[in-house]
Amino acid sequence: MPEAVAELRYIQAVNAAHRWALETYPEALVFGEDVALPNGPFGATKGLREMFGARVFDTPISESAIVGAALGAAMRGRRPIIEIMYGDFIAVAMDQIVNQVANTRYVSRGGWRAPLTIRTQQGNSPGACAQHSQSLEAWFAHTPGLRVGLPSNPRDAYEMLRSAIASDDPTMIMEHRLLYPDAAQVALDGPVEPIGGSRVVRAGTDVTVVTWSRMVGESLKAADTLADRGVSVEVIDLRWLSPLDFAPVAASVHRTGRLVVAHEANLTGGFGAEVAARVADECFWDLDAPIGRVGAPDVRIPASPVLQAVVVPAAGAVVEVVSRILAESNR
Amino acid sequence: MAANREEDYRALAIIRAFEERCMTLKGAGEIPGSIHLCDGQEAIPVGACRALEARDAVTVTYRGHGWAIARGLSLVDLFAELMGRDSHLNGGRAGSPFFSSPEHGFLGENSIVAGGMPMAVGAALAAAHDGSGSVSIVSVGDGALNQGAAHEALNFAAVFALPLVLVVENNFYSEMTPIRDMVRIERLAERAPGYGIPGVTIDGNDIAVVEAAVRDAVARARSGGGPSMIEANTERLVGHYSGDLQAYRPSGEVASAREREPLTRIRRSAADEGPGAVARLDAVDREVAATIESAVEAARAIPYPAPESAREHMYA
Repeated sequence: MPEAVAELRYIQAVNAAHRWALETYPEALVFGEDVALPNGPFGATKGLREMFGARVFDTPISESAIVGAALGAAMRGRRPIIEIMYGDFIAVAMDQIVNQVANTRYVSRGGWRAPLTIRTQQGNSPGACAQHSQSLEAWFAHTPGLRVGLPSNPRDAYEMLRSAIASDDPTMIMEHRLLYPDAAQVALDGPVEPIGGSRVVRAGTDVTVVTWSRMVGESLKAADTLADRGVSVEVIDLRWLSPLDFAPVAASVHRTGRLVVAHEANLTGGFGAEVAARVADECFWDLDAPIGRVGAPDVRIPASPVLQAVVVPAAGAVVEVVSRILAESNR
Repeated sequence: MAANREEDYRALAIIRAFEERCMTLKGAGEIPGSIHLCDGQEAIPVGACRALEARDAVTVTYRGHGWAIARGLSLVDLFAELMGRDSHLNGGRAGSPFFSSPEHGFLGENSIVAGGMPMAVGAALAAAHDGSGSVSIVSVGDGALNQGAAHEALNFAAVFALPLVLVVENNFYSEMTPIRDMVRIERLAERAPGYGIPGVTIDGNDIAVVEAAVRDAVARARSGGGPSMIEANTERLVGHYSGDLQAYRPSGEVASAREREPLTRIRRSAADEGPGAVARLDAVDREVAATIESAVEAARAIPYPAPESAREHMYA
C-alpha cells in the first residue's frame, strides 16, 4: 500500500496527528480552551469537533482543571490530548503537572498509568508580551516522570505528537508558533515511532551545534553563514529533552571536538546547561575548545520588537558563539 | 438496631484504633515522617463508602486513612505502607499521605489540599465517556475550598454535569487556623449555588446521615444530574499532624468534642439501652484491638523495599 504523503504546514501536521489519534483510539479525548467550536486559537484542532463530536470539547479557562481532568480521565482508561494555549499559562497548572501527573506511575509502582498528552506552543513572536513569550521546557525536563518533546518542523510536529499520544506516559509537546506556517512533505501512514531520538540535520566536521525547536532553523542558517567562512558545522536537532538521546551528541563531539548548545530560553538553568554538563562529564577529553552556549540573557521578555531583537537569540548569536570558541580552540 | 449499632461501631472503631496505633508506632519510630489522623471524623468515610459501588472512584486527602479502611483496603498493607515497607499497596513509595489502590478505584490521597479535585473531575469525565455509569467522589477538608484548583474543578464539573460528589469534611480548622477566620460565609455549602449545583450541610458525625446524603448525591450524579457538594460538619480530636500540640485550640474544645464524636454517641445510646448493649460494644473493642494487633504483626513481617528498586517504574 502506498504511503500517503501530503504537503502540510506545521499547524496542519498537528491537526492531522489529532485526527489520526481520534480515529485510532476510541478512548482519545481532545479538550482545552477554544479548541472545539472556535477550532483552536491557532487552528491546531480545526474541524475536529465536527468530525468527532463530544470527544472534542471546549473547557473553561481553567488550566489546573484541564490538566487534572486529563489525569483523572487517563487513570480511568481515557487517552486525553489537551491544549494549553500558551506555554506561559502552564504556570497556572504546575501543581497538577509536577505534583500530580508526574508522580502517578512511580508512586504506584506502575499500578496507575497516565497516558495523556499536554500540547502547548511557546517562545517569542514580535510584539508578544512577557506572559506570552517564554521558553519553559527546562521546567519539565527537570521533572522526572514527564516526557518532553519540541518539534522543529512539520514532519516532527506530526510524528512526535503521534508518539506522545501513543505513549502510556504523560508527555509534553511544546511547539513554537513561529514555526506554524512552515510547510513540508509529511508521510501520514508510517509506523508510529517510540518516544525519543535526536536527529543530525546537517553533517559537519568542525563544531557540533546541539539545538531544538525554533533554534534548529536558526542554527542551520548560521551553519550556512559559517560554511561561507570555511567552517563546517554539524547541527543536531535534539527533538526530545526527555528521554535525552545523548549518544549521538557524544559521537558528534568526539569527531568535531567542539560543542555549542543553542536554545531560545534564557541561559541560567536552561536545558543547554544540562547538555553542556553531560558533555563536560562524559566527553571532556574530546573537547578542543570551551563549550559555547547560546540563549536569551537572564531578563524578562520585553514587548517592543526593538528590545526583543537584542534579547531573543537568532542565527547571528550562533555564528558569534561558534566563531568565539573556534578562536579559543587549541587546534 | 442492636446489630446495626455494633456494625456501625465496629466500622468506626477499626479506623480509630488504626489511627491510634499509627500514633504509637510513630512514637516507637516504626512509622517515619508526619502523619495526619482522622480521629473524630470516621463517620464520614464510613457513611459515604456505604453509598458507593465497586465501579466508583474515590479521591481523598492526606487525612485519608479512614477512607482507605472504609473502602476495603487491607489493614496489613496500610500499616506496611506507612512503615515504609514493601507493601502490596505502593511498596512504601507513597507513605501515609499519598497512597492509592487501582483495584479499589481509590485514586489516592493527596498532600495538596485541593490537588485531587481536578483528578476526581477527570474520573467523572471518563465516566461520562465510557458508559460505565460510575461516579467519582472526592473528599477534601474545609481549607481546600480556598485553593484555586477547587474552584476550577467545581466549575468544570458543573459545566459538563459530570458525575462528581464533593464531600467537604468541615472540621473547622484549615490545618491550624480556624476556617471561620478564612471565609466570610457561615456554611461552606453556600458556595455550591455559585456553581449552579446543589449543596447541603449535614451532621458529619452520624453515619446514617452521611450515608443518606451521599446516596442522594450519588443517585443524582449517576442519573445525569451532575455534581453536588456535601458539607459534613465534624470535629478533629487530634492535631493537624502528628506533632501538632494544638496550642491554638481553646482549652476544653477537644474535651467537649469528645462528647459529640461518633463513637461516644454510639456508646451513649448503648448505655441508654443497658449493660448488655455496652458489653457487646466492649467485645467489639477487644475484637478490633486484636485485629489491629495482628495486622501490625503481619505488616512487621513484610520486608523493606529493595534499595536497588528505587529507580524502577519511572516510565512505561
